[in-house]
Amino acid sequence: MTLHRRDVVKKLLEDRKELLVVAGLGSTAWDITAAGDSPLNFPMWGAMGQAAMMGLGLALAQPQRRVLVITGDGEMLMGLGSLATIGVQQPANLGIVVIDNERYGETGMQATHTARGVDLAGVAKACGLNVCPWEKMRDAAGPAFAVAKVAAEKIPLVLPPREGALLKARFRRALLGPAADSI
Amino acid sequence: MWPDEIHRELAAAKVRLVGYVPDAGHKRLIELCQADKSMRAVVLSTEEEGIGLAAGAWLGGERSVLLMQSSGVGNVVNVLGMVKECRFPLVTLVTMRGEEGEFNPWQVPMGQAMRAALEAMGTVVQRPASPEDIAPTVNAALRLAYDSYASVAVLIPQRIIGIKSFQEQAAQ
Repeated sequence: MTLHRRDVVKKLLEDRKELLVVAGLGSTAWDITAAGDSPLNFPMWGAMGQAAMMGLGLALAQPQRRVLVITGDGEMLMGLGSLATIGVQQPANLGIVVIDNERYGETGMQATHTARGVDLAGVAKACGLNVCPWEKMRDAAGPAFAVAKVAAEKIPLVLPPREGALLKARFRRALLGPAADSI
Repeated sequence: MWPDEIHRELAAAKVRLVGYVPDAGHKRLIELCQADKSMRAVVLSTEEEGIGLAAGAWLGGERSVLLMQSSGVGNVVNVLGMVKECRFPLVTLVTMRGEEGEFNPWQVPMGQAMRAALEAMGTVVQRPASPEDIAPTVNAALRLAYDSYASVAVLIPQRIIGIKSFQEQAAQ
């Protein structure tokens, strides 16, 4: 059965409660926004390759909260080394889901390495992450990792706020309360 | 010793995460941070990861510092764009290569270009002139970053680090 990216992300974020979410630049940032914008979303508009590391920093700073990174195959490929770094740290509260359409979706749908058989879950497993089905990603023991293979489709953009300082400040206030401004 | 003084400044400023790519010049400071139970030292596979780590930690309310060698600056340039656009506080402590007394010619291009690269991306660069000036500079950098949401790099001059040959570096 072919999966559609917006359905997968909507399911991942259903009834999200305290979940903290980082999305890699491009399609996954639009996906989390289509599922419902939230101050506890950090959709990235740049810094390609750093979504998983943003998730690690957040997970180490907030060990009591579940952190979910939702990113694309192209973005994850640019930060493969971060899987080794996360494997060393073993954050129990971090999950990473790659929404893998085997394409660079924002630049003309060119094939990524995963279209030629490169196995991101295999890399994650070799780095010591807990590879599991994407449906289990909300509560699988971290560091958890899943790949959801999805259709390569062009779908309408659903854009989050663009200003980085705003995205940062709204996230910190929602998470930390008024203390966010005086830490 | 200046690494011990830097460590005291980091602890006093409640730095909880220390991202690092090892450098001989940072050897002592890395060991001090690893031994400090109030800190978590995170070894990185490339310096770029340290920017994501620091930004994520700040989203979660924790202070961090990033340790690297000057060659690592070249690896973080694009990602510093996020630091500027989001006004993430960032403190980077850079041990210098490719300047006074360098013994590896491949270190010289990045060592000479890194200050301009950092400044072009909006990072404030501070270079203490003597060992005694390092701790006060780090103290000021921490305040500039965390009180004023700035990206600040402190460059530790190669002359202060004092390693003069491959043999001496390998013997560390």
